Amino acid sequence: MLNFEITGSNDTRSGFGAGLLEAGKRNPNVVALCADLIGSLKMDAFLKEFPERFFQVGIAEANMMGVAAGLTIGGKIPFTGTFANFSTGRVYDQIRQSIAYSGKNVKICASHAGLTLGEDGATHQILEDVGMMSMLPGMTVINPCDYNQTKAATLAIADFEGPVYLRFGRPKVPIFVPADEPFVIGKAWHMHHGKDVTIIATGHLVWKAVEAAQQLEAEGISVDLINIHTIKPLDVDAIVKSAAQTGAVVTAEEHQLIGGLGSMVAQALAVHQPTPLQMVGVNDSFGESGTPEQLMKKYGLESQDVYAAAKRVIAMKK
Amino acid sequence: MALCRSTWLSTLFNKAPTIAASAFSRCNFAALIAFSCLYIMKSTEELSGIAQQVRRDIVRMVHAVNSGHPGGSLGCTDYFVALYFHILNHRPDGFDMNGHGEDLFFLSNGHISPVWYSVLARSGYFPVSELATFRKLDTRLQGHPTTHEGLPGIRVASGSLGQGLSVALGAAQAKKLNGDPSIVYTLHGDGEIQEGQIWEAAMYAAHHKIDNIISTIDVNGQQIDGPTEKVMSLGNLRAKWEAFGWTVCEMEGNDMAEVLKGLTHAKSLTGQGKPIMILMTTSMGKGVDFMEGTPKWHGVAPNDAELANALGQLTETLGDY
Ligand SMILES: [Mg+2]
Repeated sequence: MLNFEITGSNDTRSGFGAGLLEAGKRNPNVVALCADLIGSLKMDAFLKEFPERFFQVGIAEANMMGVAAGLTIGGKIPFTGTFANFSTGRVYDQIRQSIAYSGKNVKICASHAGLTLGEDGATHQILEDVGMMSMLPGMTVINPCDYNQTKAATLAIADFEGPVYLRFGRPKVPIFVPADEPFVIGKAWHMHHGKDVTIIATGHLVWKAVEAAQQLEAEGISVDLINIHTIKPLDVDAIVKSAAQTGAVVTAEEHQLIGGLGSMVAQALAVHQPTPLQMVGVNDSFGESGTPEQLMKKYGLESQDVYAAAKRVIAMKK
Repeated sequence: MALCRSTWLSTLFNKAPTIAASAFSRCNFAALIAFSCLYIMKSTEELSGIAQQVRRDIVRMVHAVNSGHPGGSLGCTDYFVALYFHILNHRPDGFDMNGHGEDLFFLSNGHISPVWYSVLARSGYFPVSELATFRKLDTRLQGHPTTHEGLPGIRVASGSLGQGLSVALGAAQAKKLNGDPSIVYTLHGDGEIQEGQIWEAAMYAAHHKIDNIISTIDVNGQQIDGPTEKVMSLGNLRAKWEAFGWTVCEMEGNDMAEVLKGLTHAKSLTGQGKPIMILMTTSMGKGVDFMEGTPKWHGVAPNDAELANALGQLTETLGDY
């Protein structure tokens, strides 16, 4: 039975804030930096509890990335906080040189990723961040799907040695990941076993994928549902095994199709297990102003879109 | 030459680490610093002698691979030698990335890697013979400094200009959090400070009262495309840094006695709530007459005849690698 209990609704950034506070309590070396967005990133609780371990950097993201790299020299575990747009595109070279190439243990924590940032429009809705970060050698890229998973991911990356990009969002979304579900970096969460089609989803699209899968199952189509929270390193093994069993794969993400989860799954399948594939994501386009719901609908990121992609890919295998 | 090196250099670097390590194991930063200062004191003449050798290393290294940046390296040689052989409290043997209880140095203008590599090797971070691998395939001595190949003495990759000050400030703040009274040093090119990130970092340092950092700008008035005045004029550097809340000193960078005096004075200004900036006047290419004072040798290697000419002007004091 494909059934996940919704235990509440909250934004994934609040999961980050709660995880950061907890990580700070567990490890005195955890420190945090923010570029004038403390409230948006939900970093208030950490600041209140550990003011001496919190560094306001002002509207200066390039400097923030460098300072974070420096704090690791001396054993600190810095978490940087700003919007996904300013966490990646704006500071790509700083991350590349001072963090990734230098192998620094910095946790780049990025909120308001994707279209669901909403009304602020395309200037702030980054849809390329996963691609940019994934291209960096040695960078771990994580895109959790709800409050509980984001909190668990935040705690997991604090214990992990190496640079990490953690991507989360602004709107309140259903909480459905069990609070005690273990979070293992690089390991897919196999949410449901099925034999007709594989649906692989990340971030906000995981709940949409659950809804699509429920609809498909109601029609008698058996769905193998996989949550990829760690986009890099990709759990190729889980993807290939599932694809071999179902012979049809759908990916779903709130990101450009080029360079995102879909691209990476396509690459893995082409190399290891060529399989018909349909991808749900933003197709080479910028976003625009609107409510998160309107934008997800307009850009084809609804559960109906995942459902339709599943039907298409099932037709392809016949 | 070999005798010279085996006497005072080996005395210095074979004994120092053991005692330093025991001092550190008790987390007694003060004892470690007091000890190191006693040990590393060296006369101005000795330091100038080392600088001669370092300049030979620089021109030989860039000549050997027909690439690299001799101009800025030669101009900053006296600064590097004073820092690594006199000023820094550091542990060349048993390099530790975190550098607890040690002064740290960050080279932000990473293209002058030849002078840094030479000084690191000559002060005991890695074998001097490794200088022969500079910029060659599989080397730890990459064109620009990196941590990727694990070269002892390097704590962050640099060369993409403007990033080193931010990193050093983070390291300085980590020292404060750790209760470590050591000092963090940085070096920047004057052209480099055209990068906007430098000014983000400048503002940050003053705001957070990071007073355990001593930064230096190599004011040689040159950058790749010509004099800084023509390319992108830097204006009144002292006024700019003072306006950003830094204590600003000036120093003649090609006179060993002046460099020692300037760095020692800067050290006395730490711990007073403000970051410290030294504006260091140097001559690009210093020590090799035909390379001096021109951006022509920023990133060009000498040919065989030019190398011979250059080496004829520099005394081999410690033995070539
Ligand atoms: Mg210059």
